[in-house]
Amino acid sequence: MRRLTLLLAALVAAGACSQNPPETAPAPAPAPVDSAAIRAREDSIRAAQARAEAERRAREEEERLRREAEAARAQLTADLAAMVHFDYDQSAIRAEDQAILDRKAAILAANTAVRMRISGHADDRGSDEYNLALGNRRAAAVKRYLAGRGITEARMDIVSFGEERPLDAGQNEAAWAQNRRAEFELTAGGADLRAPN
Amino acid sequence: MTRRWLALLLLLPAPLAAQDRPLDEGIRIGISYNPGVRPTLLVLPQAGLDSARAIVARDLDFSDRFEVVSVPAGTAPAGPAVNYRQYRVYGAQYGVDVIRGAAPGAARVRLHDLAQGKVVNEQEAPLPDPTAPGFRMAVHRLSDEVVRWVTGTPGYAASRLAFIGSDGRLWRVDADGAALAAVTAAGERILSPAWAPDGQRVAYTRFRDGAGAVLVHDLASGRRTTVPGTATGLAFAAAWSPDGRTLAFARADEDGGTDLHRADVAAGCCERRLTVGRFADNLSPTFAPDGRRLAFVSTRAGPPQIYAMSADGTDQELLAPFNFGADGPSNGPEWSPDGASVAFHREIDRAPQIFLLDVAARRNRQLTSAGRNEDPTWAPDGRHLAFVSDRSGQRQLWIVDIETGRVRQVRTPGAVRLPAWSRRLAAGTP
Repeated sequence: MRRLTLLLAALVAAGACSQNPPETAPAPAPAPVDSAAIRAREDSIRAAQARAEAERRAREEEERLRREAEAARAQLTADLAAMVHFDYDQSAIRAEDQAILDRKAAILAANTAVRMRISGHADDRGSDEYNLALGNRRAAAVKRYLAGRGITEARMDIVSFGEERPLDAGQNEAAWAQNRRAEFELTAGGADLRAPN
Repeated sequence: MTRRWLALLLLLPAPLAAQDRPLDEGIRIGISYNPGVRPTLLVLPQAGLDSARAIVARDLDFSDRFEVVSVPAGTAPAGPAVNYRQYRVYGAQYGVDVIRGAAPGAARVRLHDLAQGKVVNEQEAPLPDPTAPGFRMAVHRLSDEVVRWVTGTPGYAASRLAFIGSDGRLWRVDADGAALAAVTAAGERILSPAWAPDGQRVAYTRFRDGAGAVLVHDLASGRRTTVPGTATGLAFAAAWSPDGRTLAFARADEDGGTDLHRADVAAGCCERRLTVGRFADNLSPTFAPDGRRLAFVSTRAGPPQIYAMSADGTDQELLAPFNFGADGPSNGPEWSPDGASVAFHREIDRAPQIFLLDVAARRNRQLTSAGRNEDPTWAPDGRHLAFVSDRSGQRQLWIVDIETGRVRQVRTPGAVRLPAWSRRLAAGTP
């Protein structure tokens, strides 16, 4: 430990030596203090800093707005894609799902270029063939509901997957309830969605 | 000593009957049947043609027309002459053997009356090499002849079951559970197969992204043609008319309904609609064997039930009686080859069970009760039904003899669904 201290002291001494200027020119006389120039310089620095700060704020604001717009668009897309579910062997729109469809209708009304494919699905109880018909009926029930909210039928196609594409392969009530659904897929006009007024 | 040895043999289960099960708990029999009525049939020992003999022994057992006893090979000298005295100890009425035929490459199946000591009937047929593709079907056809000699109607061994595997492909398997083979390529999702009456084509739905075309697949060439009126949209549940010219099928409409249509497959034209459901679905058609009536599923009364109509769509009526509000949904009808009954499944406590409708009496008979049992399809003998059951834990094919209630499993790797049984397949079917 002591040896290390000595070594450090030697190194510091050596460094101090080498930093000595090789020639000793006379130090220039201090310039007369021009306080105005100093203020001007400081002002310009402050101004530049303020400009940079404002630009940064503007950029951040822009970024925030962009993110918000993106999130809003994503929310619109998500609202259009939100699934609705059905009771066992039923194709009637459930009361608690009406708000989901009303929201879709509002977005569709504000975005007339959007076209949508509605697919009906069934759980895997019941006959495989019957479930194809049931899925079709569910998709059509959704389409009829949206048409009733003023959406042109030509903007909506329906297909049925029957029980062919379960979300949850489980054999229990929770899985079956997940699988009895209608899904929504935008087939046109999905970019630059506008929020409804 | 000899007698004791033979008695011991009788006590041993025949090796080919190892998959047999006694009357299953899940099967109800609605008519009386005396098993003693079944004649005992000995599968005689012989030299050579071992694989043919094994197939015949199993086919005759699966026909459920005989008590089959198999005498181990090598206990008797081979040759066309049969020492009848030697087999009387079994008390069997009939003996059957498969020997080489007079023509080269031919086999001869013989039915012996053991008591009278004579050949009752015999038939010779070309028999391909056991490794050749036509071998098993040629043997199955010999088995079916033996059944015909004894009972007057041929057996169902020379037939196949088509079904959908868990991989979505169409598979087929011989009625005895052997020779499993894929029919369609991997990656396609197939639904609702239906054998053409000629056994050389299968119609099915190729399901793709919510759409489904009905295709007719020629099994020999692999060539597929799209049925008129099914190229777009979702068409499914195809059924052949008995003359093989027409396909009836269901089609899901833009308005949400599903209705029955028919198209002329032979001419490749003339698709037309048979039902106008409005607020009801009509699907899963099946032709009566005379081709004049169709049974189908309709939701016109709410839950799906079994209805019938003329083949042109007129004269619609309820076919299988049900108690409104009490009986569960009914689906999957298939008209029997003799026209006397329609098999279907009906949900009891939300589990589907196999039912038989007596068409003349309009009475239903429940056939199964254990597990989920669905999608019945008739064997060509009109006496056996295949259906999908999860009684073994996984959805598998099961075959029931509706006369005795005896069931057996057709073991397949993975879960299966939507089985369809062919009619009798022609000689030379690979």
